[in-house]
Amino acid sequence: MKKILVRKNAYYDSVFLMLATKALKQRPGIKEAVVAMGTEVNLGLLKEIGLLSGEAESARPNDLVIAIEAETGEAVEEACRIAEEVLKKKSHGGGGEEDYRPVSLEGALKILPEANLVVISVPGRYAAREARQAVNKGLHVMLFSDHVSVEEEVELKEMALERGLLMMGPDCGTAILNGKPLCFANVVRGGSIGLVAASGSGLQEVSCCIDRMGGGISQAIGTGGRDLQDRRVRGRMMLMGIEALKHDPETRVIVVISKPPAEELAAKVLSKLKDTGKPCVVHFLGLKPSGTRGSMRFSGNMEEAAAMAVALSRGEEYRPLCFSLSEAEVSRVAEAEVKRMGSEQRYVRGLFAGGTLALEAMALFEEEGFRILSNVQKGPGRALHSPHCSESHAIVDLGDDVFTLGRPHPMIDPSQRDERIAKEAVDPETALVLLDVVLGYGAHEDPCGALAESVSKAKGQVAGRGGYLCVIASITGTEKDFQNMAEQKKKLESAGCLVMPSNYQASLLAVHVMRKVVSR
Amino acid sequence: MNVKKISELFNKELVVINMGLDSFADNLRKEEVKVLPMDWKPPAGGDKRLISLLEKLDA
Repeated sequence: MKKILVRKNAYYDSVFLMLATKALKQRPGIKEAVVAMGTEVNLGLLKEIGLLSGEAESARPNDLVIAIEAETGEAVEEACRIAEEVLKKKSHGGGGEEDYRPVSLEGALKILPEANLVVISVPGRYAAREARQAVNKGLHVMLFSDHVSVEEEVELKEMALERGLLMMGPDCGTAILNGKPLCFANVVRGGSIGLVAASGSGLQEVSCCIDRMGGGISQAIGTGGRDLQDRRVRGRMMLMGIEALKHDPETRVIVVISKPPAEELAAKVLSKLKDTGKPCVVHFLGLKPSGTRGSMRFSGNMEEAAAMAVALSRGEEYRPLCFSLSEAEVSRVAEAEVKRMGSEQRYVRGLFAGGTLALEAMALFEEEGFRILSNVQKGPGRALHSPHCSESHAIVDLGDDVFTLGRPHPMIDPSQRDERIAKEAVDPETALVLLDVVLGYGAHEDPCGALAESVSKAKGQVAGRGGYLCVIASITGTEKDFQNMAEQKKKLESAGCLVMPSNYQASLLAVHVMRKVVSR
Repeated sequence: MNVKKISELFNKELVVINMGLDSFADNLRKEEVKVLPMDWKPPAGGDKRLISLLEKLDA
């Protein structure tokens, strides 16, 4: 039984719709359910699964389509009723306490003339136009949307520079301004360390490590991942962010986090940092530290970047970061884990929600001589044949576009990773699963709840075959995040997970265990 | 590079207009940020031809 409904001119945001779709799919008797806007891509998907007919065929991007296929007529009707109810609830105050919600930026500015920042997370093809209008009205912009062209990014950043405004993004997932976490960000202590980052999960990891070490953040500016990677963007917002922190009296130490930029751009960033006259920490992901240059320090991993910044903010000498386990403990833990494994278990499988966290783990393994395959690596001998299927030593970024097209990001909905853990457990060659968990606003309310269940099941399955599955994780978050860090950690630990204080330490422990595995 | 307006922003309360995902506005409210969520819809009903005309008009 099928039923397809169209609601003309009823627009809902993508995260809400994906979660509504998921809730309907989980109902008994439902074979397929889609609640989506009538975009070209969505109509194509509906056609593919045989759920496009009648009025839906001519639906437009701001028409809502509800398509249900179920075993019985009753189940179809019940699902439609529930969908309507959820949507009705959302349109009646689900979005906030205001009665009136303006449809245009002009309208919004009439109600809130003192507004100073616009957060834009509309679908990518509309985002640049909205951002352009905001900059023209003298507003700072955080542009969360992705799928904005490089040409548009350059134009927007150029416009913002001319007007002295922030243009954080496109594809900027996180920032902390004036102590307030924006989009996907953690609640961290205020302080004197300013961050400019071209990496979302990198900014989250470093700011959370700083918080754990007792330091605090003045401002954390996101630039979007392409800012330093694409020669056309030329680090415009990175350089502007550094300049802004130079003039901010609250900021005493500046930290820069990015994938390694092209040489000439790196030189520009370093010269700009030198010009601030403030102590600085530079972390170019995956690059070995090259020590200290004047007031600049180079860190080898994200936790070290945080530790260096905290020491500098206190006017203390930096003491190399200590691993939270002693050498003897690491050896004992690794031995105990490996002893229970079957002889055919020999590969590490990293399943990550944070792209930069995946890169950090990958770099560490490769430094130790492991050849890692990944969906975010390119070229023969580096890329996985299929991102959906691990082989050899593999580290997968589940937040990559290939996994998130039409599905929520794994930080919002952990179920995709749960499925992948089950798949890894079926593979007799899997020895170790390495995981990241990201807490904070934007992220799932209980990410470790479901994850712990999947880990328990996977461990049980491997034990059933007489083997043992080692699972190591880290949690990027603070005690002040709403998910309750201590409880989240406890859930993972009770499932038999080894939980380390940072992604670096989790990856390093995994390297130690894998060294023992391969030397058996 | 003039960053006067950013320095001003650092010294003011954040006042946000949210265009897109409602959850971002909800979270800002929990942090006691003044935020106004917009009722955003694709312009011109999402019609590509009309949108490109609008963009030409903007320019």
